[in-house]
Amino acid sequence: MNLPVKSKETNAEVQNLYSDAYDWTNQCVKCGYCLPACPTYESMGVESASPRGRINLVKMAAEGKIDFQKDLAQPIDLCLGCRACETACPVGVPYGHILEAAKEAIENSQPANQKNKMTKMKKLALVHLFPFPKRMNRVGSVVHLYQKTGLSKLIRRSNVLQKVSPALAHLEQALPTTESSSKRIRKGTIIPAKGETKLRVAFFTGCIMDSMMSRINRLTIELLTLVGCEVILPENQNCCGALHSHQGETKQAKELAKSNIRAFMQAEADVIVNNAGGCGASLLEYEHLLANEHEWSGAARDFSKKSKDISQILYQLGPLPFTEEWQGVVSYQDSCHLRNVQKVQQEPRSLLQSIPGISYVEMEGYDRCCASGGIYNLLHFDESMKILDEKMRNLKETKATTIVTVNPGCQMQMSIGIQREGAAANQIKSMHLVEILAKACGLD
Amino acid sequence: MEKGVLDDLSRVIPGDRIFLDLAERYCYSYDASFGEYLPEIVIQPKNAKEISEVVKLANIHKIPVYPRGSGTSLSGGPLPVKGGMVLDMTLLRDKLIIDRENMLAIVSPGVITANIHKKAEEAGLFYPPDPSSSNVATIGGNLLENSSGPKGLKYGTTKEYVIGLEVVTPTGEIIRTGGKTVKNVTGYDLTRLIVGSEGTLGIVTEAIIRLIPKPQSKNTFVAHFNHLIDSGHAITSILSSGILPSALELMDNACIRAVESYRPSGLPLHAEAILIIEIDGHPLAIEEEIIKCADLCRAEGASYVKIAETEEERQTIWSARKLVSPAITQMGPTKISEDATVPRSQIPAMMERLNQIREKYELNLVVFGHAGDGNLHPNIITDKRNITEMKKVELAVSEIFEAAIELGGTLSGEHGIGTLKSPYMEMELGITGVNMMKKIKEAWDPNNILNPGKIFPEKGQTKVVLVT
Repeated sequence: MNLPVKSKETNAEVQNLYSDAYDWTNQCVKCGYCLPACPTYESMGVESASPRGRINLVKMAAEGKIDFQKDLAQPIDLCLGCRACETACPVGVPYGHILEAAKEAIENSQPANQKNKMTKMKKLALVHLFPFPKRMNRVGSVVHLYQKTGLSKLIRRSNVLQKVSPALAHLEQALPTTESSSKRIRKGTIIPAKGETKLRVAFFTGCIMDSMMSRINRLTIELLTLVGCEVILPENQNCCGALHSHQGETKQAKELAKSNIRAFMQAEADVIVNNAGGCGASLLEYEHLLANEHEWSGAARDFSKKSKDISQILYQLGPLPFTEEWQGVVSYQDSCHLRNVQKVQQEPRSLLQSIPGISYVEMEGYDRCCASGGIYNLLHFDESMKILDEKMRNLKETKATTIVTVNPGCQMQMSIGIQREGAAANQIKSMHLVEILAKACGLD
Repeated sequence: MEKGVLDDLSRVIPGDRIFLDLAERYCYSYDASFGEYLPEIVIQPKNAKEISEVVKLANIHKIPVYPRGSGTSLSGGPLPVKGGMVLDMTLLRDKLIIDRENMLAIVSPGVITANIHKKAEEAGLFYPPDPSSSNVATIGGNLLENSSGPKGLKYGTTKEYVIGLEVVTPTGEIIRTGGKTVKNVTGYDLTRLIVGSEGTLGIVTEAIIRLIPKPQSKNTFVAHFNHLIDSGHAITSILSSGILPSALELMDNACIRAVESYRPSGLPLHAEAILIIEIDGHPLAIEEEIIKCADLCRAEGASYVKIAETEEERQTIWSARKLVSPAITQMGPTKISEDATVPRSQIPAMMERLNQIREKYELNLVVFGHAGDGNLHPNIITDKRNITEMKKVELAVSEIFEAAIELGGTLSGEHGIGTLKSPYMEMELGITGVNMMKKIKEAWDPNNILNPGKIFPEKGQTKVVLVT
């Protein structure tokens, strides 16, 4: 019974996974310290939904004992990729790298006739949308139009989306109010610091932030200039590639990384700043992503070293010139990739606590993933909502009227959670850190 | 798995808690020790009645049953070495009642031990056993392995705190042992028999555990020693001075070097030993006692002594100890973690024997552990793909066991016998001693259903075998 089970993969595929990830999986001593940190282990309650279980399955796959599609694909697919297990791990197993190697192996092992099975939406977004800033801009404009014309109200009243897809209906309601594209700051522009120039920063706009949350990007730039940054918006910058890496599309992720490195090298900035935890983590990992490509590895390392979250820069150059008092209780939900990959925890909290009049309360489970997980909430709606509802229970305990995040996915997921709670939670607002800081500085 | 058996099981357990797919079965094929054994089926029961029914079916169909908590065992306790069925006990976690008047906790076996610590402390009470895995491990696993941790020195081991159990026997009956009273001499003490039985005599489905008042305060100090023998004398003189520390931890030179190369923390590379000593109790008493202990260390030749002045300094002292695990895993992917224990007066002699073993076999052997109660943790760091070295590890592990027993100690202080130490049972207990234990097992479990392949050596098995 304990004989290895033959997997269907060709030797080359098993060999690839073995050389990519086996040594990492072997670092795991199976102590299980990751179990309490894992949101899917908590909500699903089986070992295959835990980091230790998943690492072992990748190891089994690399040893040719289990089948990539039949056995490995689902447990890997159900991982949120929040990487809280990396923070919990006492021996430093690089779970994120193992996860991405596994996703790539699963993607590559799909039989040709199955490849189209990638959900239509995923394919549309990953291959044809996110990597094209102009197309993303158009999406932003369409959403703006959709909200402006009252079509959104009509759709909501008709309940049509709810009938087609509850996941989409939730997302539609969580969409932030977009700004008209005329307000967007053009790429290629340099915005001078207000007062003395302390730092020259290049701003990474991000694809979703740039199109759907352009107001937050505009406020980010205003805050940066307010604390003495000269802000450059390099032209030809692109999607960070995080969603591609997470879906096993490593090749495309690498291309996007290269195009961003190229775009930012010319800016010659001291720092590359972003305002989305997920993108920031991805930028930080360019070094790892391109480590084996000789002509790129040096530039990738420099790029990753310069990459910082907005909260780090505002904290470093602060205090901010606040002009308004904040009313009400505020709580903060960590973005997993900001906390667990970029290791930024204190700066957003310190910035929030520095707002005059604010009452800051920490929420139970602040460090646990909200289950937005890139597009996890669309692909695994029920699993995601189970985790989110638990988070909302914790949020209500704090009596907060504002929940702050530093990532668009988390911010929308918080909005979805608030809607699900109904009237009792309706007064709670989901805000990006930049929005609340800007408001307290009198910017709008 | 045969269809008839599966049909029978499905009548007892709903399908969504029965797992037959390969991926899930591989996820229950390991624990934190050594080896990988694929079960035929994994079941997640929710209550004693379900477990009782499943065990009865297992007796009818002669299927081995392996109960498992969070799988943090370092001795192979939950490993399904003969295939069969793994019972994942983590869903039995409904009950965690703190009975303040009787100073008790009544708990389901799947409750995480740290949650008991937390709830007890909220009520001003204290559950002392604190295995380093207490944030992950279930109380059921802790009880069945009788695993303890650093506080054993002052507060005793897990078995001292368990006064009552509900147990599903190996033949599927549900029995209760002990009760809610600290004193109880009615009949054989089955509670103590079950605690530490490593899942071979019963499956705990509820436990009544004793709590004590929470100590008001604690403080820590660290002492460096250039000579290991001096640290041994310091331990003896502290423990014979009328002071009982709540923790007395030792790190050897190999540990110190590992930590310093992993994350430089200002530890002395030339020191042969570091002692970390924690004292708890009334704040005024602590203040006096800690100074006295520090003086005793100086008198025994400590090269450096530092008492924590702030909570931050206290944490810093402990961080060196906590860095040992991550630091030593940088030395290789396979860790063989032992817990041979000797009378505390023999610690220097045991450390000397371990040094000889390290030199003889040229292995990465580091030693840390709970020196106060003689419970050392020699860890060998290696790579199981290196067959030549693994063969040396097998010999070294044998010699560690021999040394512990020759010095009047025991094979295992808190990890359990499980799979790897079973060949040495006779060495410690003698053939008659082992046979008495076997008779108990046979009387309770005539079909050898519950956790077979553990504690007792297989026929002809005389030495640990890590690679074949």
